[in-house]
Amino acid sequence: MTAPAPGLPTPPLMAPAGGGCRTAPVLKERGQREVFCGLTGIIWLHRKMQDAFFLVVGSRTCAHLLQSAAGVMIFAEPRFATAILEETDLAGLADAQKEIDRVVAQLLARRPDIRQLFLVGSCPSEVIKIDLQRAAERLNAAHAPRVRVLNYSGSGIETTFTQGEDAALACMVPVLPRTEARELLVVGALPDVVEDQMLDLLARLGVGPVRLLPARRIDDETAIGPNTLFALTQPFLGDTHAALIRRGARHLPAPFPFGEEGTTAWLAAIAAEFGVSAEIFAAATDAPRARARKAIAQAAETLRGKSVFFFPDSQLEIPLARFLTRECGMTAIEVGSPYIHDALHGPDLDLLAAGPQISEGQDVDRQLARARAARPDLTVCGLGLANPLEAEGLTTKWAIELVFTPVHFYEQAGDLAGLFSRPLRRKSLLQLEAAE
Amino acid sequence: MKLTVWTYEGPPHVGAMRVATAMTGLHYVLHAPQGDTYADLLFTMIERRNHRPPVTYTTFQARDLGADTATLFKDAARDAVARFNPQAIIVGASCTAELIQDDPGGLAEALGLSIPVIPLDLPSYQRKENFGADETFLQIVRHLAKPQERTAQITVNILGATALGFRHRDDVEEITGLMSDMGIGVNVVAPLGATPADIARLPAAHANVLLYPETGESAARYLEKTYAQRWTKTVPIGAGATRAFVAELAQLTGAQGRPDESRLRLPWWSRSVDSTYLTGKRVFLFGDASHVMAMARVARDEVGFEVVGIGCYNREYARPMRALAKEYGLEPLITDDYLEVEAAIAAAQPEMIMGTQMERHIGKRLGIPCAVISAPVHVQDFPARYSPVMGFEGANVIFDTLIHPLVMGLEEHLLTMFREDFEFHDEAGASHKGHGAVAFPLAGVAGGSAPAAAQPPRDISGQKMQQEQPVADAAATGGAVIWLADAERELKKIPFFVRGKARRNTESFAAQKGVTSISIETLYEAKAHYAR
Repeated sequence: MTAPAPGLPTPPLMAPAGGGCRTAPVLKERGQREVFCGLTGIIWLHRKMQDAFFLVVGSRTCAHLLQSAAGVMIFAEPRFATAILEETDLAGLADAQKEIDRVVAQLLARRPDIRQLFLVGSCPSEVIKIDLQRAAERLNAAHAPRVRVLNYSGSGIETTFTQGEDAALACMVPVLPRTEARELLVVGALPDVVEDQMLDLLARLGVGPVRLLPARRIDDETAIGPNTLFALTQPFLGDTHAALIRRGARHLPAPFPFGEEGTTAWLAAIAAEFGVSAEIFAAATDAPRARARKAIAQAAETLRGKSVFFFPDSQLEIPLARFLTRECGMTAIEVGSPYIHDALHGPDLDLLAAGPQISEGQDVDRQLARARAARPDLTVCGLGLANPLEAEGLTTKWAIELVFTPVHFYEQAGDLAGLFSRPLRRKSLLQLEAAE
Repeated sequence: MKLTVWTYEGPPHVGAMRVATAMTGLHYVLHAPQGDTYADLLFTMIERRNHRPPVTYTTFQARDLGADTATLFKDAARDAVARFNPQAIIVGASCTAELIQDDPGGLAEALGLSIPVIPLDLPSYQRKENFGADETFLQIVRHLAKPQERTAQITVNILGATALGFRHRDDVEEITGLMSDMGIGVNVVAPLGATPADIARLPAAHANVLLYPETGESAARYLEKTYAQRWTKTVPIGAGATRAFVAELAQLTGAQGRPDESRLRLPWWSRSVDSTYLTGKRVFLFGDASHVMAMARVARDEVGFEVVGIGCYNREYARPMRALAKEYGLEPLITDDYLEVEAAIAAAQPEMIMGTQMERHIGKRLGIPCAVISAPVHVQDFPARYSPVMGFEGANVIFDTLIHPLVMGLEEHLLTMFREDFEFHDEAGASHKGHGAVAFPLAGVAGGSAPAAAQPPRDISGQKMQQEQPVADAAATGGAVIWLADAERELKKIPFFVRGKARRNTESFAAQKGVTSISIETLYEAKAHYAR
């Protein structure tokens, strides 16, 4: 964690007596991964950026993935689509760059409301080396200033699930305007309601102006420079973190704002940097902290003393394990993450008491064997595994809901705990044995 | 490149997964990058399967591409056989692996496994899911079926049922029961529920029953050519087609028995007076060709609808679809472009859609009720109750499926009768909620009667649902045609569940005639124009 600055508005969180997990040995595995690829991030990013369109250059599989992941959540024509590669594209009969121009022209004619267009690379487009950067530069020149065209890769050969958002935000960093102002930039896509709560908290601390990445609209004033200080709200933004540092911005490391403790520590890191007094900090946070603690306590009644096993999915696993063990009284058996990034996950690992197996990467069948042997009270895993594990008598929580549901900051802390307690409460409520 | 918003079919390897997941004792080793495992959740979530699909993904990453992806495949195949102990494996590539040309078939062959290895060649950039399922099943049958004596009793195989099929589970049960009445036993059902050992026994049957041409026709043709097993051409959807199927089956097998029709209700339900209101309801059908073609007959001949549009997303069946459409005096829509389907439906202005889950979304947007009759499937298409669409019980189920989205006949009369009642109008809300009740958004009340004027598709993801907009606002955006006050008042007298349609029809009538302001005269001229 950050070295406690003099005059830090709240006492630093107590590190666990037996030491944290930051230096614990990590089980690194590779094999079959039961995870989404980075294209999935489009599902929430296109909702967040209301003037953006995401065009995947890929295969029918990509289109089918997006459709399956979006499922029935979207009834309308969405702000994403796939330019499906066909035989002529592969055989070199069609010039990929010309084809992209044609498809983009078709798209922009259909959707004149689009101000930002992301060309998104996929496994096939990466393997056959379609140069989307060149395409983006050319199209950007052609359609500027009405439309800004950028590119990133959400391919499965390069990105795991939430890394798609990371790649999307990272590709925006170089084109954002420059500023010399000492400003806070908050990075990571949050639901608007949560973002508004966060902005309100920061305003009460007297920190401002606050810039956001991603901004809701292209015209919103997000700029970066050597005096920018940035805080991450999501633990999967490693490349964005690096891109911001390349532009001279400075990261404010902190635990992620999940739960009462996490939110307080995250705000405290910002407050320390901006010289917020202890009185102002207390005035701004005491009431929501108390509310959050109260809300968590209800769910924690169900969770206390129960064990939890995380399959790797979104990179939210480490901060969530910290929340569940410290604030809800659970015991972590294994905390799997697709990738562990010390600069991002270190502060949370420091607070997570030593004990659980920390694992990175996945060999799903071996991990399933470990989970079956451990018989955790709650298993956090992807949708492909949840029903099969339930059928084996394990109680599960779908990891994807943690990404699609508002879970950050004080007012959602109780909801976050509730996401984990609901499957356990449900299990205790149902009396199905008599029916079987 | 083809710009695609939604797709009706997944890639061909998902078709292969539907076959592998339907079977037991078979494992699929799929050369694929990270992320392709998303397909598992189609089976575990949509179909609520309690097992992971029997698929091992090699999960190669960018850093493997320069190195040795072939070894990755061989290790994955060897591990999968050791771990899952299958009777046979199918091996193949997803779209990305196809590009790196590792030849999974050859690699698996070289492992010297003691079980049959069935290589799949599924061209991802040309073909789609149904082809993948059909071809995979064909290859499994080719590799595993063995010459043998016919069974002593009359038996048939039931072919084509897969995982993620539209009501396949219950159709197979219904047709099995129906054939049992006829004295015909089932030798093997495949792929659904079959083991590789069962596939070997396929040639023992006297004939084949092909329920799902999309996913079983190639295997049926192969078995006919190689083992002289004839196969049924009638898909038994609806009362008439089921009777035709029974006759065809009797002729193929020589079976003398007749199935029990005592529980078949559709013909009488259709003849009963309450069904009069169904007469000539204009329906638009879209889905997979086999379901659409069979359902068109039910719609026209057994329910009394008028078929005003017909089409399918699978080009493989374009020819029979064209032939059938001609019989109905229609030009079929053969496309997998969702936006084209939406435009065709908007133009045809049907009173009901019989389609897939995709058309259900179109219907929501256009305010047209929709009955789902075909894959692609959705969690709703796996009801807990027994709900076939084939055979005699299937005919009963279809009748209910087709009428539930519509306003019932008697209801329609009552609504007209009471339309002036102060408590009984669209702004009053449901009476059982007391007088404080707020009216529903219109589309919610009348089973989806038109709330909004037909509009080009647009994004509504910022709003909750288009239906929540007040009807007048939506219609007001319709164009340059103005409603005069008296016509507007007259329009309000029309029952709310048909008012949207009346408004639309009148406006398009006015537009056709070049009329810019709508009077009571225009309203009734339009009514006469559209009258049947």
